Amino acid sequence: MARVDLKNIKKSYGAVQAVKQADVTFEEGSFTTLLGPSGCGKTTLLRMISGLETPTSGDILVGGKRVNDVPIHKRNLGLVFQNYALFPHRTIGENIAFGLKYRGVSKSDTATKVTEALDIVRLPGVEDRYPTQLSGGQQQRIALARAIVIEPDVLLLDEPLSALDANLREDMRVELKAIQHRIGVTSIFVTHDQSEALAMSDKIIVMSAGRVEQVGAPEEVYNNPASEFVASFLGASNILEAKVISKDAKNIVLDAPHFGKIPVPLAQAQRMGDAPSGKLVIRAEKLRLADKPGDTNTVSANGVVEAVDYQGQIARYFVRVGDIQLQALNMIESRPFAIGAEVSVVLKTADCALLPAGA
Amino acid sequence: MAESKEFDPRPWYLLAPSMLAIIALVVIPMSFILVYSFYENIDLAIDRVAFQFGNWQELLTDSYYHTAIWKTLRLSIIVTVLAAVLGYIPAYFIAMTKYRHKWLLLLLLILPFWVSFIIRTLSWIHIMGNQGAINGILMWLGLTDTPVSMMFNEFAVIVGFIHVFLPYMILNIYVSLEGIDENLEPAARTLGATPWQAFREVTLPLSLPGLAAGSLLVFVLTGGSYVTPLILGGPGDFLFGNLIYDAVVVELNWPMGATLSFTLLVLLGLVVALYSRLMGMNQLSKAFG
Ligand SMILES: Nc1ncnc2c1ncn2[C@@H]1O[C@H](COP(=O)(O)OP(=O)(O)OP(=O)(O)O)[C@@H](O)[C@H]1O
Ligand SMILES: [Mg+2]
Repeated sequence: MARVDLKNIKKSYGAVQAVKQADVTFEEGSFTTLLGPSGCGKTTLLRMISGLETPTSGDILVGGKRVNDVPIHKRNLGLVFQNYALFPHRTIGENIAFGLKYRGVSKSDTATKVTEALDIVRLPGVEDRYPTQLSGGQQQRIALARAIVIEPDVLLLDEPLSALDANLREDMRVELKAIQHRIGVTSIFVTHDQSEALAMSDKIIVMSAGRVEQVGAPEEVYNNPASEFVASFLGASNILEAKVISKDAKNIVLDAPHFGKIPVPLAQAQRMGDAPSGKLVIRAEKLRLADKPGDTNTVSANGVVEAVDYQGQIARYFVRVGDIQLQALNMIESRPFAIGAEVSVVLKTADCALLPAGA
Repeated sequence: MAESKEFDPRPWYLLAPSMLAIIALVVIPMSFILVYSFYENIDLAIDRVAFQFGNWQELLTDSYYHTAIWKTLRLSIIVTVLAAVLGYIPAYFIAMTKYRHKWLLLLLLILPFWVSFIIRTLSWIHIMGNQGAINGILMWLGLTDTPVSMMFNEFAVIVGFIHVFLPYMILNIYVSLEGIDENLEPAARTLGATPWQAFREVTLPLSLPGLAAGSLLVFVLTGGSYVTPLILGGPGDFLFGNLIYDAVVVELNWPMGATLSFTLLVLLGLVVALYSRLMGMNQLSKAFG
C-alpha cells in the first residue's frame, strides 16, 4: 500500500498531447476514480503509473519514491485490463499464480494464496479451468484475483467493468468496492461512467482533453462543479447565462432569463470572484415542475412541457421556457405531467451553483 | 444431440470443387505414376509395360538412395530450424511495431515473389561467387588476396533455401503473433516478468501454432526441392529430388523416376501426417463434429 503522486506529468505521442498537465495525489488506501470522456487521457495516465508508458516530462512517485526509471516488473503494481488479458494457454490457477512465481513464493504457499484469492473474488474451485471456460464476469474476477494476489502497492483498474452487461456491472461494482475496502489497497479506477465514479470513489478526478478539470469527493464534484464541463459531464445540468446585478454579504443577485432576479448564496458562488456575469448551473433533479409558482426562497418561470421520458418512479421532462429548453428530473407523485401541459418551473435558490462566464 | 449424428451433406457440397480438383490433378496423376513404377526400363527412354518390382528393389537395396534420403532429411531440418529462428525476429517486429504503414512491411515480404525463384537463386552467384560482391569487397579492403570460396557447397544451398522460403515462415509466424491480445505481455510485465520472461511465458507459447505451420511448410518445400542444389550446390550436394530429376531428365529412366517420385510423396506425406498429429493441428474431425 502506498500513496501515489503525479507531479507535473505530461505525455505526448508525436503531435498528440495525450496528457497536457496532471498534478494529482492518490492517498494511501483510498479509492480514486479517473473520470472523463473517451480520449481524455485516462488510460495514458494509468499506463504511465504502471510503467507501460514513459511520461514526456514530470515525476511519478509511489510511496514517496520516484519510480520513473523503475522498470515495469519491479514496480509491484496490480493492473486490471478492460479486456481482462488473462493468459489463454494457462489455467485459472496458473494465471493467478503467475505473479507469485517471480516473488519467490513457495509451491505450497502459492496454492494457499491462489485459493484465498479465489475466495476473495467468490469463485472458489475453478483453478483447473481455462479462461475461455468462464463467463465475462467470472473472467473479470479472475483478472482482479491475479492482480491482488501479489499484494500490490497500488491497484490500477482500467475500465474493468465496461465489458460487462448492465446488471452484472452494478453487482460487480459493489463487490469490487467491498474487496478494495477489505484489503485496503490504494486503488486507481478509470471509467467514463459517471454513476460508477459517484458510487465507488473516495475521490474523483475529472479529466477533459488531457487536463484535470476538478478533483474532489463525489458530493463536492457533483454539487459544486468547477466548470461547465464537469457540470454537464456528471449528470444532466441546465446552464443559464446570467448577469450579476448586485452583491451583498450573503448573496450574489443575478438577472437570469425568464426567472428574473435570483439571489444565489455566496457559498454556491465561490468561484465567481468579481465577474460581471456568470453561468448558473442547475441540476435537472433540482428543477421542480409544479402547477403554480413556488413560495419564498424559490424562483419560478412559466413553461410548457415538450417531451416526457417516463422512467417509472421518476420522469425526465423537457420544458420550453421562452427561447430555452430546460431539463427536469422529478419524482412522479400521482401522475406525470402530459406533453403540452403549462407548468411552473420552480427552483430553490440554494440549489444552484454559479460559475464565472469563462469556466 | 441425435440430430448432429445424422449425415449432413452440406459441407461436402462446399468441398466438392476442391475435392474434384485434387482428384483430377493429384490423385489420378499419382496413380499413373504408381503404375509406371512397375514398368521396366530397357534402354534410354524405352520402357516395357510390366508388373515387376525391380525398381522398388533397387530403391530398397541401393545405399545411394538411402544416403539421399538422409541428406534430404538433414538439410530440411537445418533449413527449417534456421528459418524458424531467422523468421521469428522479423515476424515479431512486424507484429509489434507501432509503425502506421505496417502493410508496407508486409508488402516488402511478398515483393520477392514477383521475381522468378530461379533468378533469385541465381543472384547468389553474384553475391557469394568468386567474382561476387562479398569477395569484391573483401579484396578491395585488402583482407584477402584470393577469393574466399563460398559457392557450390552445402552452405550456399542452405543460404539459397532460406532466402526463398523465409517469407513463408515469417508470414505464418506473423499471423499467429498478430492474433495474440496485445495486453497479455504488458499484463505479464506488471505481474513481475522481465521482457524476456514475458516473451517466453506468454508470446512464444501462443505463437507456436504459426511457428509449427511455417516450419512444416518450409520442411516440406525444402524436402521436395531440386533446383536450388542444382544451381548453388556442388556435385555432392544433391537431395532426393535431384535423383528424380536425374532419373527422368538425364537417364530417361521414367519407371525409376516414377518410383522415386512416389517414394518422396509418401515420405513427405508421412511427415505431414505425423506432424499434424503431434502439433494437434488436425482439427478436421472437430470441425465436422
Ligand atoms: N500509442 C499512442 N499513439 C498515439 N496516440 C495515442 C496513443 N495512445 C493514446 N493516444 C492518444 O492519446 C489520447 C488519450 O488516449 P487514452 O487512451 O489515454 O484515452 P482514454 O481517456 O483512456 O479514452 P477511453 O475512454 O476511450 O479509453 C487519445 O487522443 C489517443 O488517440
Ligand atoms: Mg482508456
